[in-house]
Amino acid sequence: MASVTQLQRQFIEYTTSLYNEGYLDDQFTQLQKLQDESNPDFVVEVVSLFFEDSEKLLNNLATALQQKVVDYKQVDSHVHQFKGSSSSIGAQRVTNMCVHFRNFCEEKNLEGCLQCLQQAKHEYILVRNKLEALFRLEQQILQAGGSIPMME
Amino acid sequence: MDRVIGIFIWVTSYRHRSLLGVGGVAQVRGCNGGVGGGFRESVEYRERSNQKKITKYLTSMACNYEEDVPHVLAVDDNLIDRKLVEKLLKSSSCRVTTAENGMRALEYLGLKDNHQQNNGSKVNMIITDYCMPGMTGYELLQKIKESSVLKEVPVIIMSSENIPTRINECLEMGAHMFMLKPLKLSDVKKLRHQLTNVEVEKR
Repeated sequence: MASVTQLQRQFIEYTTSLYNEGYLDDQFTQLQKLQDESNPDFVVEVVSLFFEDSEKLLNNLATALQQKVVDYKQVDSHVHQFKGSSSSIGAQRVTNMCVHFRNFCEEKNLEGCLQCLQQAKHEYILVRNKLEALFRLEQQILQAGGSIPMME
Repeated sequence: MDRVIGIFIWVTSYRHRSLLGVGGVAQVRGCNGGVGGGFRESVEYRERSNQKKITKYLTSMACNYEEDVPHVLAVDDNLIDRKLVEKLLKSSSCRVTTAENGMRALEYLGLKDNHQQNNGSKVNMIITDYCMPGMTGYELLQKIKESSVLKEVPVIIMSSENIPTRINECLEMGAHMFMLKPLKLSDVKKLRHQLTNVEVEKR
């Protein structure tokens, strides 16, 4: 059983790597700063909303791109939503993918859009897995009686 | 001066102490005369609890009982953004109501079919996203500025896109400010400061 100090060190290393590898950006730190006693689960709540919302959006995008006549305005509108939510929680790689996606929408490039959808889905799954791992680490620290280190 | 009894800051390491309880050290920040109410709020104080965070929390709770606390209407069609802006504003001691689109916002403000109803809620500020389906933030701004009752309420437009023509268009229509998303705590704090100044100027 890892000690609290070991777990905390793991947490710091893991978080740092997420920022260094571009999975998360400063906006995620902003979310953490907003968490307080009145809302001790704020980050998890917002991120969970993001997961639900993203999965819906990805499904809607797949459907929209499968239509015989693709409505690119509709596709763009979904991507815009996805870009917004991912940006608000700091999921940088997802946001960047959405930017490329919007370009292909503008060009009405179906191949490009389909490729971007795959890539956006991939990036989303990656960041989701990483955030879930991060939250698990947090739980382990709290259960061991420790506190979550503040990342500056 | 606060209109409601100020916040009790207590320094103790006991768990589960109620705010009006005895024991520990209680410091009354300020008190107004009159017969009065009070409020009960209990905070679990874990050993490693952050004193600053608790004070912040108690301050924000006290704000729910104050009438001078600005009431902000936040309008955004994106659920995550709504939750975020709500939290940002609450952390800056504002009372917040959210609306998911322009129509709902107008209904809340009592503006139906361009006629001002009597049952509209009073707000000190409106913050709205620009890109929304149905009615854009710009169109909402327009309706607000056309209303004799609402036109003095400062309206902030938010957008994830930095488009100068869009920004100018909004400012010309009378937007108090244009802010880029995603919003940060420092942006909202600045806003809060401004809001206090706007209120002071009005008096």
